[in-house]
Amino acid sequence: MGVLRERLYRTVRLIRRFEEQAIELVRAGVVVGGIHPCIGQEAVAAGVCATLSEDDVVLSNHRNHGHALAKGCRPDRVMAELAGRVTGTAGGRAGSLHVSDYAAGLYGATITVGHGAAIATGVAWAAAREGSGRVVVSFVGDGAMNQGALLESLNLAALWQVPHVFVCENNGYATTQAVGTFMAGSVTGRAAAFGIPAETVDGMDPEAVHEAAARAVDRARSGGGPTLLELVTYRFDAHHTFEHRVRLRYRAEEEVARWRERDPVALQGSRIPPDVRDRIDREVEDVLAEAVRFAQDSPRPDPADALDHLYATGMRPRAGVVG
Amino acid sequence: MPKLSYLKALNRALGDEMERDPSVFVLGEDVHEAVTFVTAGLLARFGPHRIVETPLSEQGVANVATGAALAGRRPVVEFAIPFLLQLVLEQVANQAHKFSAMSGGQARVPVTYLVPSAGWRPGWGGQHSDQPHGLFVHSGVKTVMPTTPTDAYGLLISAIRDDDPVVFIAPRQALELREDVDYADLVPVPLGSARIHRPGTDVTVVAIGHHVHDALAVAESLAGEVSVEVFDPRTLYPFDWAALGESLARTGRLVVIEDASRSCGVAAEVLATVAEEMPLAVPPKRITRPDGAVVGCNPDLDAALQPTRDQLLAAIRQVTKP
Repeated sequence: MGVLRERLYRTVRLIRRFEEQAIELVRAGVVVGGIHPCIGQEAVAAGVCATLSEDDVVLSNHRNHGHALAKGCRPDRVMAELAGRVTGTAGGRAGSLHVSDYAAGLYGATITVGHGAAIATGVAWAAAREGSGRVVVSFVGDGAMNQGALLESLNLAALWQVPHVFVCENNGYATTQAVGTFMAGSVTGRAAAFGIPAETVDGMDPEAVHEAAARAVDRARSGGGPTLLELVTYRFDAHHTFEHRVRLRYRAEEEVARWRERDPVALQGSRIPPDVRDRIDREVEDVLAEAVRFAQDSPRPDPADALDHLYATGMRPRAGVVG
Repeated sequence: MPKLSYLKALNRALGDEMERDPSVFVLGEDVHEAVTFVTAGLLARFGPHRIVETPLSEQGVANVATGAALAGRRPVVEFAIPFLLQLVLEQVANQAHKFSAMSGGQARVPVTYLVPSAGWRPGWGGQHSDQPHGLFVHSGVKTVMPTTPTDAYGLLISAIRDDDPVVFIAPRQALELREDVDYADLVPVPLGSARIHRPGTDVTVVAIGHHVHDALAVAESLAGEVSVEVFDPRTLYPFDWAALGESLARTGRLVVIEDASRSCGVAAEVLATVAEEMPLAVPPKRITRPDGAVVGCNPDLDAALQPTRDQLLAAIRQVTKP
């Protein structure tokens, strides 16, 4: 347990500090387009991904840095990806929104909300046919639970009993819409409708998340089919960094303050000896200082290569301007 | 020599490719019963893990195909009716098509979307009669529309083997066609290669889909009067611009006929590209459906919205009159 405790702390601390650094890089203009921070939600990524092996596959969404780091992507390459540098995990072509790293089992992030879950069902279908024991996890937000493609994939995953763990990060808001104002029924109720086992878990506690995820992943790996986990969590920061400019007021300050008292980094830190915590903190700072330096020092892509990889076959389309 | 129908050519291509490559499988509605015929006999040969029956969940299924492709499979998704392609435009154009670029080349999504009955069929209703190929061409998704059984076979093989998503549309009006074929002559046809069905010197008719057969009939009726070259792009994206350039260098005159809405269609793109890049002796003509036309409720009214042989004949005379 001690090893897992320290590992979970390292991961949540890494995600927290990574995002704080990334927000600084947005402010400095190094990361263009802004980011969707997952500050406050670190326990979900850390707890779930700690149950996965490198061969297992994750499909993510717009709030994906935590998933990427927890799945084992290198922090320097993810930071370089955010900054659009050629050393990024996707050569700087994915940015913050579509981080992918196939070698680490991160098959990308779809921004059409909920579609990653449907794609994950296809990966899981293939995994089941292989008999490899590979498990696929999709991360979606509460907003995605109203998306038709996701509801279709719940049916398909249950029908085919594929090794797919649906993880709903219920942070209470779809951008500015509070869950209660847009969701009829409940997250787990949607799973129940398709005969998929589901549970609601404290998504602020890395160890509680890990425990529930381990059950779901074991079920999937042993041929027991899909599970849906609703992880009740909260983002302390903005939906997107643009909020720092536009001053949206959809959440009461008291509400944010109340959730901040349940900080997953502080909670997990309280479970390990202070000297170990301090050592991990220092190591994380070193890793991130190097990541920021790596991202800033890495070259930008050549504009002449803008159409590279448009087709897997290498086909080049006609230019937009005819000479 | 055996007669090969268009549908049998699709069925044969699927069977041959599934035999050759175990990663190929079919997903679709009613594929077990082979309602469209293209999967006839394949369930018995390959079993339900390779001929996968799906619920009426086209968006979910199209995404599942993307996921299976990311995991190394080569899915063929069958959509029996063309409007379903419009329903999955998001899954094809915004998901499957973009994974290679968004991942910096890490991902490949070799999915074939097979629509074995696109186009108008008399009395089949306003929501069964669209020709959605232009949407995919505009989105940069590889799009093929073969017009003969041999080409249907050869292009379906190439679509399945291609590492990118490919929309494969069989025009409804061409499905009844049969061709004398020596099976040994059934070979892959490369994507992006046009075919000249009939050489000519006075005018090039670019005919999309089943209109190839209309163009051939009109060309025959004009034999001795006007020498018509019938040009079949076969693949709408990528388009074989080099072959069209060579054809127009011979004829200098152009008529395009396409069974789709006029604005921003493939016919419009052909005219635009030719205007920019190729020499023409006289302004070109195109024959299409009216903009945004709803076709397919009343056979008498709908026929009035379809491109016709008479219109083609008149257009050819206009561009070739002395």
